[in-house]
Amino acid sequence: MSTAISGPVKSHGNVKRVLTIDQTIVDAIVAHARRDHPDEACGVVAGPIGADLPTRLIPMDNAARSMTFYEFDSLEQLRVWREMDDNDEEPVVIYHSHTATEAYPSRTDVSFAGEPNAHYLLVSTREDDSEEIRSFRIVDGVVTEEEINIVDATVEV
Amino acid sequence: MAIEVRVPTILRSYTGGSKVVEGSGDTLTALIDDLDAKHSGLKGRLITPEGGLHRFVNIYVNDEDVRFLGALDAKLNDGDSITILPAVAGGALGFAAAAALLGPRPTAPATTPDSTEG
Repeated sequence: MSTAISGPVKSHGNVKRVLTIDQTIVDAIVAHARRDHPDEACGVVAGPIGADLPTRLIPMDNAARSMTFYEFDSLEQLRVWREMDDNDEEPVVIYHSHTATEAYPSRTDVSFAGEPNAHYLLVSTREDDSEEIRSFRIVDGVVTEEEINIVDATVEV
Repeated sequence: MAIEVRVPTILRSYTGGSKVVEGSGDTLTALIDDLDAKHSGLKGRLITPEGGLHRFVNIYVNDEDVRFLGALDAKLNDGDSITILPAVAGGALGFAAAAALLGPRPTAPATTPDSTEG
């Protein structure tokens, strides 16, 4: 007898520890990270409020233009956050790359993490021929890694 | 008249969950004091113990970053709209090293990096 399992069932408490994201969006994030290497790349994937599904990729400028630091330009951020507001969207994923170290949140990443509902996606481009892609929740300074469920052609929104 | 303040998710625990609150004051400092009187603790999330604007937040008056308007001394008028957003930043560099490298944030636009594209 098989039990029907619809979607990921792994959950701990009331935190759903999985990021479901479309392959095309992941590919675009990796391409952005490769393009900006050795500088860190950063951006947002917006999605409908409450749906926990990233649907609209918004690559952002790294105002710091640094190999070890990233920072959204504050005015670009205001414009993008307003646009999400107008579209009833929220930042579902906030991504950035580490270009010489592993894809794990640094102390700086944890200090700044200010979107408790977002998935923090990190891409490491330190290897030329492969990428390490990991996702985390960062709430009140606590880092929790989660699974990434990469899907093909999710719902058309 | 009042000044409308948009509060990000991470600070809504101070505003009883409200996304928009109202305050008054003719400078940003005065407004923050007024907000803190109604939403105790908010000030500590916006201003450092040394009395500067916290690096972890961006505050905007209408469409402008207050760091370009005199920071805490920014003048406010009735009907202005204030937006608070969490600054989005980070990176592989350790925080202490990043702080040393970047120094305190400028209160005026020294050199505005070109933002030809969004």
